[in-house]
Amino acid sequence: MSRLNVVLALLLMVCALALIQSQHRSRTYFVELERLKKQAHGLDEQWGQLQLEQSTWANPARVDTLARTRLGLIAPPNDRVRIETLTAAP
Amino acid sequence: MNYHSKKLLKLNLATWRMATMGGLLLAGLTVVAGRAFYLQGLNTDYLQGKGDAVANRNLILPAQRGQVTDRHGQLLAISTPVESLWARPGELKLTAAQQAQLARVLGMPGSELAKKMARKTRGEFSVRRPVTPEQAVRIAAMGVPGLHLRREFRRYYPAGEVAAHVVGFTNVDDLGQEGVERAYQDWLAGREGQRQIQRDRRGNTIRDLAPIKTAQLGGNLALALDLNIQYLAHRELAAAIAKHKAKGGSVVVLDAKTGEILALANQPIFNPNNRRNYKPGPMRNRAVIDTFEPGSTIKPFVAAAVLERGLYHPTSVIDTPETWRVGAKLVRDTHPHPQLTVSEIIQKSSNVGAVKLAMSLTPQQYWEVLHRSGFGELPGSGFPGETAGRLRDASTWKPVEHATMAYGYGLSVSLLQLTRAYMAFANDGEVMPLSFLKREPQEIAGERVFSPSVAREVRAMMESVTQEGGTGMRTRVPGYRVAGKTGTAHKLIDGRYSPDRYLSSFVGMAPASNPRLIIGVVIDEPSGGVYYGGSVAGPVFAQVMAASLRQLALPPDAPETATRMTQNMLPAVARAGGGV
Repeated sequence: MSRLNVVLALLLMVCALALIQSQHRSRTYFVELERLKKQAHGLDEQWGQLQLEQSTWANPARVDTLARTRLGLIAPPNDRVRIETLTAAP
Repeated sequence: MNYHSKKLLKLNLATWRMATMGGLLLAGLTVVAGRAFYLQGLNTDYLQGKGDAVANRNLILPAQRGQVTDRHGQLLAISTPVESLWARPGELKLTAAQQAQLARVLGMPGSELAKKMARKTRGEFSVRRPVTPEQAVRIAAMGVPGLHLRREFRRYYPAGEVAAHVVGFTNVDDLGQEGVERAYQDWLAGREGQRQIQRDRRGNTIRDLAPIKTAQLGGNLALALDLNIQYLAHRELAAAIAKHKAKGGSVVVLDAKTGEILALANQPIFNPNNRRNYKPGPMRNRAVIDTFEPGSTIKPFVAAAVLERGLYHPTSVIDTPETWRVGAKLVRDTHPHPQLTVSEIIQKSSNVGAVKLAMSLTPQQYWEVLHRSGFGELPGSGFPGETAGRLRDASTWKPVEHATMAYGYGLSVSLLQLTRAYMAFANDGEVMPLSFLKREPQEIAGERVFSPSVAREVRAMMESVTQEGGTGMRTRVPGYRVAGKTGTAHKLIDGRYSPDRYLSSFVGMAPASNPRLIIGVVIDEPSGGVYYGGSVAGPVFAQVMAASLRQLALPPDAPETATRMTQNMLPAVARAGGGV
């Protein structure tokens, strides 16, 4: 009888320690999860800002002005344009 | 064991000492127990609340407003978090050197900053909103007590004024005020979420106390707009307004097959990124909200009405004297021709001819055609504040009005509405519902306005407008067949028609063999000497159409005109490519 009690008491100790251990692990994982969520959020924001930056650089008005002034490009006159029709290969 | 019996262990203690010690210990225990009972039992709610307040937090999960893009995914509006600089006057400790540095970082004159900082408001005030990310880093590095950066969402419009009238803008509270931002406010806005969490000593979140109410992010929106075409329309319109010293103007580009609005530009413009200096005038989307009397651009509908009833053929000849009296009104042609066919009435835009055609119909019959074409009805684009124009009931028409209605006076339309109505001619009689949003071709059902044969006949008449002898020769696009109609209308000012203020317009389509694009142009009060629709609005149409057709890579349907119309510098090459 008393031996059984000792075994049960030991088992209880082990369970208690396991509980502490798992609780601790759950907390660390949770903190890790929170950190990664925050990181994901930060990356989302960065993506938005990069999109904004890209579209600002690629703004047609800006491209048009730069092409004309800095690069000296012009729209080709119609007599310099050749229209090719694609025919399906036999 | 009996201690008293052992001599050595016998304690000779007085009983009062035992009692005193026991009493003291008991008293101590009572105090501790009493305190414990006081804290745990009586004050537990209060203390528990205090503890939770330190460790528990209610977080608001912000819902980011959705993006607006054009049909190819180019950004037109995006919300992005920005830092803004705030100061708490109570805690502010700013040395003179720091203040000078701050002024340098913000690029603000020192005196202006000093004035701002000297403010003695309660609570806090904003020093600069927003600051750039680089400024934010430098300000944070200074670590001035009482100055802090705060995170806010701000809406940006990368296309700026180019697409401003369509996209609209939001106010400081992120509520849509104009345009698409207002029309689709509910879809774009999203909903805030909430989360209750517990934090540890270091500020880490350790667990959720309640199920998370996730924030519902705002939906994204893909518009029908093509930013490239939109920019072209904007650029050409701005150039024409400057050249002709006009008060304003609008351009609408429609996809003839789907009813999508590919571009919509107005002048004057405004910059949606600058929340200050907002004036209601330039912000108005004239093409959708303003109405005007269409003038001669209504004539194709007269032609369609008489063809439909079988009263005339495109080649029927009609006497067109220089003047024609209807009641007290003398209708006049500025370039008279004694006789014209129905087709030539459209080509040369004869008022007398159009009146004679319209008078062959009853008012009810003519009204029915205009009504069916969408005049006097909302065009159904869903744009906030869109106008239905004005078309009075036929039973109230006097004969004079019946006559003036034939050349576009006595009714009013918006440019969007007029351009939409031309879709019937472009699309073999079928009008597709308008849309500011991009859509898949299979999800639309059109509305039949004219029979395919009538629509094609009228389109052929309108093609002659751009050919030799027509009023729209300056609307030609090299390489493509173009159909359209010019309009020049006297403006109605204080109830009278002004003799020298005009609205010049042109609505046309290309490639005429199977139109893909319809472009409507109206220029308000050109005052540079020329005012005819074909000379003022026509070239804008031609420029935008040529560039848009190239943008869409549509095959030319009149390749030989490309070589005939321009001075040929590379004949061999051009001719080789011409044989499509």
